[in-house]
Amino acid sequence: MRLTLRVWRQRSADADGGMSTYEIDGISQDMSFLEMLDTLNEELILKGEDPVAFDHDCREGICGACSLVINGDAHGPERTTTCQLHMRSFKDGDTIDIEPWRAAAFPVIKDLVVDRSAFDRIIQAGGYITAPTGAAPEAHATPVPKPDADFAFEHAECIGCGACVAACPNGAAMLFTSAKVNHLNVLPQGAPERESRVLDMVAQMDDEGFGGCTLTGECATACPKGIPLFSITKMNKEFLRAARRGA
Amino acid sequence: MALATKTDRRPSAPELLWKSTLGKKTVMAVSGVIMLLYLVAHMVGNLKIFFGPDEMNHYAHWLRTMGEPVLHYEWGLWLVRVVLLAAVIAHATAAYQLSRRDIKARPSKYVHAKPKASYATRTMRWGGIILGLFIVWHILDLTTGTVHPAGYEHLHPYQNVIDTFSTWYGNAIYIVAMVALGFHIQHGFWAAAHTLGYGGRVPKGLSIGLAVVLTAGFVAVPIGVMTGVVS
Amino acid sequence: MTDYTDYTTGEPIADSAAPAGPVAERWDTRRFEAKLVNPANRRKHTVIVVGTGLAGGSAGATLAEQGYHVVQFCYQDSPRRAHSIAAQGGINAAKNYRNDGDSIHRLFYDTVKGGDFRARESNVHRLAQISVEIIDQCVAQGVPFAREYGGLLDTRSFGGVQVSRTFYARGQTGQQLLLGAYQALSRQIAAGNVEMHPRTEMLDLVIVDGKARGIVARDLVTGRIDTYFADAVVLATGGYGNVFYLSTNAMNSNATAIWRAHRRGAHFANPCFTQIHPTCIPRTGDHQSKLTLMSESLRNDGRIWVPKAKGDDRPPNQIPDDERDYYLERIYPAFGNLVPRDIASRAAKNVCDEGRGVGPGGQGVYLDFADAIERMGRKAVEAKYGNLFDMYQRITDEDPYQVPMRIYPAVHYTMGGLWVDYDLQTTVPGLFAIGEANFSDHGANRLGASALMQGLADGYFVLPATINDYLAKNPHADRVTPDHPAVQEALADTEDRLHLLLAVDGDRTPDSFHRELGELMWEFCGMARTDEGLRKALDRIPQIREEFWRRIKVPGTGEEFNQSLEKANRIMDYLELAELMCLDALHRAESCGGHFREESQTPDGEAERRDEEFSYAAAWEFTATGEAPVLHKEDLVFEYVHPTQRSYA
Repeated sequence: MRLTLRVWRQRSADADGGMSTYEIDGISQDMSFLEMLDTLNEELILKGEDPVAFDHDCREGICGACSLVINGDAHGPERTTTCQLHMRSFKDGDTIDIEPWRAAAFPVIKDLVVDRSAFDRIIQAGGYITAPTGAAPEAHATPVPKPDADFAFEHAECIGCGACVAACPNGAAMLFTSAKVNHLNVLPQGAPERESRVLDMVAQMDDEGFGGCTLTGECATACPKGIPLFSITKMNKEFLRAARRGA
Repeated sequence: MALATKTDRRPSAPELLWKSTLGKKTVMAVSGVIMLLYLVAHMVGNLKIFFGPDEMNHYAHWLRTMGEPVLHYEWGLWLVRVVLLAAVIAHATAAYQLSRRDIKARPSKYVHAKPKASYATRTMRWGGIILGLFIVWHILDLTTGTVHPAGYEHLHPYQNVIDTFSTWYGNAIYIVAMVALGFHIQHGFWAAAHTLGYGGRVPKGLSIGLAVVLTAGFVAVPIGVMTGVVS
Repeated sequence: MTDYTDYTTGEPIADSAAPAGPVAERWDTRRFEAKLVNPANRRKHTVIVVGTGLAGGSAGATLAEQGYHVVQFCYQDSPRRAHSIAAQGGINAAKNYRNDGDSIHRLFYDTVKGGDFRARESNVHRLAQISVEIIDQCVAQGVPFAREYGGLLDTRSFGGVQVSRTFYARGQTGQQLLLGAYQALSRQIAAGNVEMHPRTEMLDLVIVDGKARGIVARDLVTGRIDTYFADAVVLATGGYGNVFYLSTNAMNSNATAIWRAHRRGAHFANPCFTQIHPTCIPRTGDHQSKLTLMSESLRNDGRIWVPKAKGDDRPPNQIPDDERDYYLERIYPAFGNLVPRDIASRAAKNVCDEGRGVGPGGQGVYLDFADAIERMGRKAVEAKYGNLFDMYQRITDEDPYQVPMRIYPAVHYTMGGLWVDYDLQTTVPGLFAIGEANFSDHGANRLGASALMQGLADGYFVLPATINDYLAKNPHADRVTPDHPAVQEALADTEDRLHLLLAVDGDRTPDSFHRELGELMWEFCGMARTDEGLRKALDRIPQIREEFWRRIKVPGTGEEFNQSLEKANRIMDYLELAELMCLDALHRAESCGGHFREESQTPDGEAERRDEEFSYAAAWEFTATGEAPVLHKEDLVFEYVHPTQRSYA
């Protein structure tokens, strides 16, 4: 395959960025999207140019590092992570636009790499269950109804990639935050901190400069792990419940 | 032992609501629902125009005497007006602040941009502004009579309405605004339901139903006048 | 033949930290004998933890909970992304919830035997004891393990074990356990007890007066190189499988931290013990950047086969049953498709070497679910393996419900690592290694679902107990200051190295060297090793290294975000580590677990251990690059599980 790539290049956080165009040939349908970028980078290095910086690590769709907006879609045209996207999703001669996540809370570090530490701070604000090591009761002491366990798991699947923020026209982190709130709040182990968790995480989310939800549904469409839009609704309910109780 | 401790910085419930994005959304949802309830009553009242001037004008009179003898003349109506005004202000203020915030949260657009959300979703802000302007005109036209096209007569809504809808611009403004209202309700009611914690198919269906019924109900009046059914 | 790096034999080494007495009581004894640090004094102690995977994340959180001041590092943008997250299958624990005859002793026995009698009994027994507490801990944190309808935890049998002791969270157990540890760590970060440095990579160890007192690390965003000081340093930096270029490791997983520690005096044990996982998706071409594992749980219901005839290139569905060779079921009737990983991998290699492999290049075997779908119905198969099937389809564009999957072995885990004693302390006082970074518990082969168990055991329970003893005995009244000569030397050394890499400005990319080294290692130090092959590799590696320093091209500068520089720096260390791996493999002229020497096999082709000569852990001491290292042998004593030739037939 022969492709034209238009890639966002930005030397550093404070530098101005813009799209640069590259022609690339000899791309196989079996390559992953990132292997295609590897190929481009090998060529750029040999030409003495700066290779394109992008975040990636496990390349198995689970670590959440990869984060490219491809032709306007977070993680590209398939419902998966960028690393699991393969070139068979494109045609010979295609022009592909590659951009970083864009949100005020995710400033660009270089090229396609952004700073997602805001997500870490949201978790730090309350996305945990206080269970110091050694203090745990016997695992079978508290049975968890299977539907609740399954519900928790479905939300715990979030990989923290930030595609939801990238896709949201308001740069909102509602889907990310709600996934963690719902995972922990449905479990009996998470009950004692149920109210403070949602209030603190939402407050942190606001402090980080993420936008609000206007229910466009873009986040859930972009989510590679299929966290549903309903997750946000459920968090709203948790929030109102906590606000009422004045946690 | 250095264990994590929560700081006691928890604000009161109203403060919490007004400070957080989720709280502001709640304010919008509740104020929106209040306005929506009012619109349903308003729309039903409007339909009385199809039963002749007596019934219509009698209804206008009742609006002022409702709640008697507990309430004094027009107290009930003013109560409704005050609540509505508060709802409009709360709704608009929250919407303005949230919009500012949303725009700030996404300062640069994608080079490869594509519209994705539904039309109703994307037009919430402009729709809201159109409706705000419409309400001003509507009040100046049919409540105060300030910009009424013919001689405005207090407590004679039947004739006043016919006057307004006998002008081309009266019809145009009204119908455009009511279509905008339909879109606004279609997304707004659904979003409000989600904000208040109710998702799923029921709110979605209900919001479409409400949008259609309200738009049709309101637009029936100018169409009735234009077609001569009401004269 | 040019001369390859030889070695000398030094003094034997012994694990002086393990207490004597009955194996089941040693951990209690050790914990009682270990000195404690007064809770009020703990905040005065700083502990550096490098890495935030299961071992590092859990250790950082637990040490901070105890009151220590923790300074923690990870190269990823967030501690949540460490590669433990990719572990799929599950975590073992001797809970015996199934009442199927499991016990701590059985888990201990299975692990020692599975490791082919190259692990320490005391360590493994402790691991089995702690396994039980890990599950309790994780459940309390909200890890959403699979549950039965009654609300209790579900377990399954996994990887060559006959009891159902593996706890799991669909195919994402590693992710859920890691997020549990990450959340516990996050809580401590918020509380100010952990100072977290993401996107910061350790490049050297600082040793002052013979003790580990800090690290040199580079901020990957700004390029700034800094020193950080502590009373003890904990390495939780994972394994070194990326030496092979293609592996199931994350792209940026690397050996730099442990290799630099090794160069500074920490012995490296059993570097040749690498695990080749049998069920990975085969490579599709030269562009391949990494390999993806398919959970071993697939072997519970899938049947592995190849055509009986050589070069049979009919589509799999057109090959009748009597022309298929279900070779694992044929050779190992008792265990069938569930034999341990090393055996399954080698069997796959053998049938492919015979020319019966399938798929591009003949480097693959079928993993067939047709029978399972017929027996359980597609729905049940979908419920159990749906996400794995989806992943397979996404990568290969083939539908495993219709066509058998193709799998091939790939480098997955390294049992070797820094030598540690029972306290998980390396030969450098104050330097600890936990999780995959150490060598301690898996011997020559790791059983499925044991890596997660070991990482969490080390981080939540073992290290937090043993490090007290070290800190209590080494109160370190003096703070290390940046102007200390040892610090200046380590800092200058690191800066020089990076400058050198940037200065060469040659004509080959870092990846091209990595690929070349990886192919060499896979061929000669992979699934089957020979004296001749290893000597070839030992000839070739110094040549590649020499060429690396002549022709490497790293664009950009060191004072910026520069992924090529990060990569080149890691490859530089692989080029030294690879040599030690080959040397270790060459010197160990026996087969055991994942280390298969063709010269040492039974008449029916099974690995043959030679206990009289090799019943020891090989701890290597660094001398200089390209110079002969010193071998220190730690004799392994088996009092409870008596070595037998493993038999799974």
